Amino acid sequence: MTAALKIEDLGKTFGGGRGLFDRQRPAVQAVADATLSVARGETLGVVGESGCGKSTFARMLVGLLPPTTGRIEIEGENLGAQAGRDPAAFGRVIQYVFQDPISSLNPRKTVEQIIEAPLKHLHAMPREARRKRIAEIFDAVNLRPEFLSRYPHEFSGGQAQRIGIARALAASPRILLLDEPVSALDVSVQAQVLNLLAHLKAEFDLTYLFISHDLAVVEAVSDRVAVMYFGRIVELGRAEEIFQAPRHPYTALLARSAPVVGRPLGAGEDGSGELPNPLDPPQGCAFAMRCPKATELCRTTRPDMQELTPGHATACHHPL
Amino acid sequence: MTETALPASPPKPSAAARAGTFLRLFARNRMAAFGGGLLALILLVALAAPILPLQDPFAQDTTQRFLRPFSEGHWLGTDHLGRDLLSRLIWGTQLSLLVGVSATLLAALAGSTLGVVAGFLGGRIDNVIMRSVDTVMAFPYILLALAIVAALGPGLVNALIAVAVVNIPFFARNIRGVTVTLANKEFVDAARLSGMGDTRIIASEIVPNILPVIVIAMSTTVGWMILETAGLSFLGLGSQPPVPDLGSMLGEGRNALISHPHTSIIPGLMIFAIVIGVNLLGDGIRDALDPRLRSGALTRPLPATLVDRAETPAIAAKPDALLSLEDLRVEFRLGRRTLKAVNGVSLDIAPGECLGLIGESGSGKSVTALSVMGLVASPPGVIAGGALRFQGRDLLAMKPGELRRLRGDKVAYIFQDPLATLHPLYRIGEQIAEAIRVHHPVPQAEAMARAVALLKQVRIPNAKSRAGNYPHELSGGMRQRVGIAMALANEPELIIADEPTTALDVTVQAQILKLLEDLRRERGLAILFITHDFGVVAQLCDRVAVMYAGEIVESGPAQAILDAPAHPYTRRLIACVPELGGGRRTLAAIPGLPPGADDLPQGCAFAPRCDKAQAACRAGRVALTGQEPGRGVRCLFPETAEDRTETA
Ligand SMILES: Nc1ncnc2c1ncn2[C@@H]1O[C@H](COP(=O)(O)OP(=O)(O)OP(=O)(O)O)[C@@H](O)[C@H]1O
Ligand code: SF4
Ligand code: SF4
Ligand SMILES: [Mg+2]
Repeated sequence: MTAALKIEDLGKTFGGGRGLFDRQRPAVQAVADATLSVARGETLGVVGESGCGKSTFARMLVGLLPPTTGRIEIEGENLGAQAGRDPAAFGRVIQYVFQDPISSLNPRKTVEQIIEAPLKHLHAMPREARRKRIAEIFDAVNLRPEFLSRYPHEFSGGQAQRIGIARALAASPRILLLDEPVSALDVSVQAQVLNLLAHLKAEFDLTYLFISHDLAVVEAVSDRVAVMYFGRIVELGRAEEIFQAPRHPYTALLARSAPVVGRPLGAGEDGSGELPNPLDPPQGCAFAMRCPKATELCRTTRPDMQELTPGHATACHHPL
Repeated sequence: MTETALPASPPKPSAAARAGTFLRLFARNRMAAFGGGLLALILLVALAAPILPLQDPFAQDTTQRFLRPFSEGHWLGTDHLGRDLLSRLIWGTQLSLLVGVSATLLAALAGSTLGVVAGFLGGRIDNVIMRSVDTVMAFPYILLALAIVAALGPGLVNALIAVAVVNIPFFARNIRGVTVTLANKEFVDAARLSGMGDTRIIASEIVPNILPVIVIAMSTTVGWMILETAGLSFLGLGSQPPVPDLGSMLGEGRNALISHPHTSIIPGLMIFAIVIGVNLLGDGIRDALDPRLRSGALTRPLPATLVDRAETPAIAAKPDALLSLEDLRVEFRLGRRTLKAVNGVSLDIAPGECLGLIGESGSGKSVTALSVMGLVASPPGVIAGGALRFQGRDLLAMKPGELRRLRGDKVAYIFQDPLATLHPLYRIGEQIAEAIRVHHPVPQAEAMARAVALLKQVRIPNAKSRAGNYPHELSGGMRQRVGIAMALANEPELIIADEPTTALDVTVQAQILKLLEDLRRERGLAILFITHDFGVVAQLCDRVAVMYAGEIVESGPAQAILDAPAHPYTRRLIACVPELGGGRRTLAAIPGLPPGADDLPQGCAFAPRCDKAQAACRAGRVALTGQEPGRGVRCLFPETAEDRTETA
């Protein structure tokens, strides 16, 4: 079986090159050396702190941003050439659900106009067929048909997020990229959306990439989880294992920091917890300045991803 | 602020209601209404020129030269060739308006097109367009117009073009700015993924959203453009004789300014009336379209929240409470609508205690917290009932000055966004020192030393050199520590922390929580900690109060509530929270939404979502009753041990 999504050495560097008057412009490496593959029907969680490159990674995968290096293969087809140039080529196979449900809907369009756009422009579907399809999708995401003629500001966050999901589904993609789909929602509503996503995945035979900073949510929905730190994937493993028995010190820190009922405070770290300077990235392991296990080797040589046990890989010289 | 569920932001009105608001705001503005009326009158007369019984504006009669106004047969008199001034004025007004409006439309169209293209495509194209626009702007305005007419030759159409061209930069710059913001919006990305190309995105996503901006820009410039065309005609470069427009009439009248002033005063007054009318109307449109004015933001906020209580409750002073809220009610009075944000909240915080206030977005947590120190903006906020006491003193009876002395001194706030309290242009050390000196007259050097000590205390490494940083030079977690240092500056008795860690990453959140916990231990601080995260409550708080729709539905010791929630809402909310280590699973949800603050049900506010609701629940307000000492629950059928095991 071909993987739904396969990426190799994917990287993105912003800036760089020579500016006016031949000055070297500063380059920031937002994502580097990302290699992974996602099986059909799988949910891959991606976690990491703000600024670690999650959103850049996501925008490359859906073709909104051209990668600097590497290749993207979706359902066996190499989409590298279209990346950043033809989002429609991506749009038919992979779709994005945005973090902020309200601002991802054009305030001046009705819900119907928003949802029919992919049907019209990606699949050139005639009017009658569009109607039928929209009705099906709306039913699938539990929205009432009378909402179709309303404008986005009339909806609550949870409803707006369901509209965003409906729009993504309308493109009949194989993969959905969910970028913090529930972080803007209240907990009581968050579960409504997560459960809907689980149901849709089975119904439409989808593959999910689920980006979030909330470890508990990621653990609850994912098969496998990738942990990102400073633009790189530092650990990749099965969801039930990765936070229970982390191998990378950073994953361990994340897991310890999550507030858990009944666990005393202060299990995190003491230092400042600051990220390295992206304009002057460290030579060795990016986590070395915060890592209790750091050695001279860590500071001079960057660790590569290594499979420690089948299905569980980490980039660390001294795994836990 | 990101938009969360509807009740979080003031509920958004429907299109019809919005149109109503627009009209009401507009009518409230007398000057705009006057301008609109004046303009409408002028417009009506000018448009009706062909059907009015006017004399021929070109008919000369040298025997009737320079007749004064109110002469027989010529109401406004005649000009130097004996032509009827009334007729020429009305026809001239029509022409001037036509040219001015056309020039505006032309400038708006060309300028907005350039602005949209530059802003949307960005990069090199943006550079080229905006540099050219800047070049045009570098010339003095009227000189450029003169140069253009000189090049094209005099004539009304050329004057129109000249006036339009000199106004293009204004539109281009404004519209480019708005377009850049829009082009980075998520819905534009979504449109790309829906297979739309650039042209289609501009037409259907960008343009509809900038139309209001263009309308505002047009309404504020059309007056100027009319004036500028008149100026060119006055100089003889616009309308050519014998065709009248207001500028050329003024120019012709100039020669007889001393002997027969009416020939210049009459067109002059008309120009004046038009420009005044247009500008007043334009300002009115701008104000009515500006969302900030909708909530009455332009009326200056009062120094403290307005208090409008039906009765002043007599409350027994509680000696052991540092802060007590008694039946607090806070409303937002927005025209005819009243949002009841806080509906009878009672809370006590003992010295050194940490009380968690937990609830979903829009449940009234922030409003409760802000009203303690009178920080809810008035208008529209009003404290409509209840009492507030701090160390036994009645906060609601205090004078604004007294209250201001307490703020930041005995009672300090920490907000979710530390940037809200930090000034971007001052070094953080100076800001903390300043916060100390506002309340305590100590020398600058001493205040500075204390500031550095405070930064050390909140575990900022290299505190001394960090004190010289500006807020934007710090990471989010560092800034929040500075926010805490500010709050600690005057050794407060109570800190009110409104979701201080919500915007932070988990590792940083853990550090901040630990810091607050340590400070509490070391200094005996009392903390009112607002959050929507049960994990945080469990780790930090002694007691917890759960809010729903502006009421406290359950309160008691944190551990007891987490172990055995008594209110159905609390139990189900806890069940919704995923916990790390639970493995892959389906999460519990609560169907439906909380009620809107302007549409609260009569009985239990949770009844529409509660699966145990009965007729009695909907009949009337449910009281907060205690089953065990120290605990309260606002429910007629509290959870039993059986209910709880059912879900477990
Ligand atoms: N300035 C205002 N004008 C009108 N209504 C307001 C204003 N501020 C708050 N409200 C309303 O008061 C109610 C309570 O809001 P509040 O901000 O206290 O909620 P919250 O519990 O703090 O929510 P969140 O978790 O989103 O911070 C809401 O219905 C809100 O719409
Ligand atoms: S490589 Fe070294 S510094 Fe990096 S995480 Fe592993 S032990 Fe720590
Ligand atoms: S009072 Fe009735 S409706 Fe309200 S929470 Fe209790 S059981 Fe449910
Ligand atoms: Mg709040």
